[in-house]
Amino acid sequence: MNIFQISWKNIINKPLNATLSLVLFALGVGLISLLFLLNQQIEEKFDKNLAGIDLVIGAKGSPLQLILSSMYHIDAPTGNISLKAARPFLNPNHRLIGMAIPISVGDNYKGHRIVGTSPKILELYDSAQVEQGRIWENVFEVVVGKVVAEKLNLPLGAKFYGSHGLIEDVNLAHDDVEAFEVVGILEGNGSVIDQLILTANQTVWAVHDHEMVEDEAESDTTQHHGHGHIADLSIPLTAYPDKDITSLLIKFKSRNFQTLNMPRSINENTDMQAATPAIEINRIYSMIGDGEEALRYLAFIIIFVSGLSIFISLFSSLRERRYELALMRVMGASPFKLFLLIVLEGIILAFVGYLIGILLSHVGMSVFATQMEETYRYSFSAWSFMKEEAYLLFGALAVGLVAAILPAMQASNTDISTTLSEG
Amino acid sequence: MLQTKNLAFSYDENVCFQFPDFSCQSAENCLLLGQSGSGKTTLLHLLGGMLTPREGSIIVNDQDITKLSAAQLDRFRGQNIGIVFQKSHFVRALNVEENLILAQQLADLRPDKTRIQALLDRLNIGHKLKAKTDTLSIGEQQRVAIARALVNQPTVILADEPTSALDDINCDEVIALLEEEARKVGSTLLVVTHDNRLKEKFLNKILLHSQQTA
Repeated sequence: MNIFQISWKNIINKPLNATLSLVLFALGVGLISLLFLLNQQIEEKFDKNLAGIDLVIGAKGSPLQLILSSMYHIDAPTGNISLKAARPFLNPNHRLIGMAIPISVGDNYKGHRIVGTSPKILELYDSAQVEQGRIWENVFEVVVGKVVAEKLNLPLGAKFYGSHGLIEDVNLAHDDVEAFEVVGILEGNGSVIDQLILTANQTVWAVHDHEMVEDEAESDTTQHHGHGHIADLSIPLTAYPDKDITSLLIKFKSRNFQTLNMPRSINENTDMQAATPAIEINRIYSMIGDGEEALRYLAFIIIFVSGLSIFISLFSSLRERRYELALMRVMGASPFKLFLLIVLEGIILAFVGYLIGILLSHVGMSVFATQMEETYRYSFSAWSFMKEEAYLLFGALAVGLVAAILPAMQASNTDISTTLSEG
Repeated sequence: MLQTKNLAFSYDENVCFQFPDFSCQSAENCLLLGQSGSGKTTLLHLLGGMLTPREGSIIVNDQDITKLSAAQLDRFRGQNIGIVFQKSHFVRALNVEENLILAQQLADLRPDKTRIQALLDRLNIGHKLKAKTDTLSIGEQQRVAIARALVNQPTVILADEPTSALDDINCDEVIALLEEEARKVGSTLLVVTHDNRLKEKFLNKILLHSQQTA
């Protein structure tokens, strides 16, 4: 039986005192750790999906909304832009633009967005590869992200109907047109394309043109069969100036004074808006940051109070235990041993509190992850650990030590004779 | 053996206790008799190395304990002096056995569970080995306290009013126990008391009427 065991037994001998300190400590540590986790993973998601995109061009509206809808696929689009207006930016010989990726959104399948785009989009996301099958070559052919394939059980060759809008609603299923066919499955790379169903822009038009065609069918005897004029994917999008897309993701050849001015010039001279992802994402960070800071202060206050609770519970236990402390001195314990005994009690409480707190934060994170996945189709990992949590451990042990040091000094100064003659 | 010379102690400038010289030989039982306020407890604490005398020497087992450093004294006390207090106190978080193990370990001796069991059996409380100390009766607590004082086979056993709270029957039994156990481990037993019932039981009596000088 060493000092550590005696400290431990002293703690569990007073379970109520210990519980109060532990609960407070676990709350404080858990909150801080949860903030760390959330912050890190959210930033990681945002940064990863920044994908080197320099500019997003879309319909006028909130620039943040444009970024969120076109890059992160978590908000509604601001509207459509006509290809006539977008055409200059799609010019492969543009002086400044290295890559321009058209995006057409509007449909989903079981909550996962169907995005009409160009196969070049894969280059943006770490040059994601098609793991099984091939890229789309015809309208109604789709390539699904890894997570989509696994979660919705869509193997190669699977057919499904998309539904209108960006949230799941079976009543809006497009079951009056051709079904989509899975021709490729992407490798998973942790970016947003894992969550998407990719196809040609023309597919999105085909789905929606058909609706218009049906509406006109009664008055129009020469009914369209198929979508002959748009089904040929070798014709560039710029050949359809009267069609719309949702937005353009732009990557510059290199950044210079002219590219710096491009957003302003687009915003002032066209009906479209240009938004810079880096600026918008920093706005999100600063908004999150304010709330996070407030919560972090709260967590530190809780930890301070828990330290105080350890201090008070140790100090008051010293009153009850002064005889046994004196007794231990009589039996040969040095003052330092008594000091150690009390300090260890503080440290053990802090350590156990820390463990419970970390457990709480990861359980909290897994609840959050489930929710995020249901709402935004983003996956977060609840059980990855960070080095900040190790720093937090040192912080926690320091709080335990500081809280215990005064009571421990008092214990080590126990006057044997006076204490024992009291009773 | 236990011997004092010119022992004096003062709590403050004004009050000073002057104790008579006395000595107890090895394996001898002594009774230190004195009325309340005569400095009995003070003397016991001096002998146990829990108080430092103003002057004089205390020799326990050929060692003048007043000459030891604080750390040496802690160790010496743990190994050589067993003390039974008027009221029994234990480390409440620990059970009977753990309290006795603690006594061995704090004295830097190896825990010896067989000895603990044997000792408790002899004191008729062997079945309380795993009991928490606050569930024991006063009599049982006293026995555990005696067991704890004996567990390290000390040279000297000091007992402070071990019988004051006991009736005649228990009083006899406890004294018999102390004497017997002290004899078995070859210790010097010094009982400090004002309990007149004990007068007849000890051959070697020291009457304490310390000189309290202002």
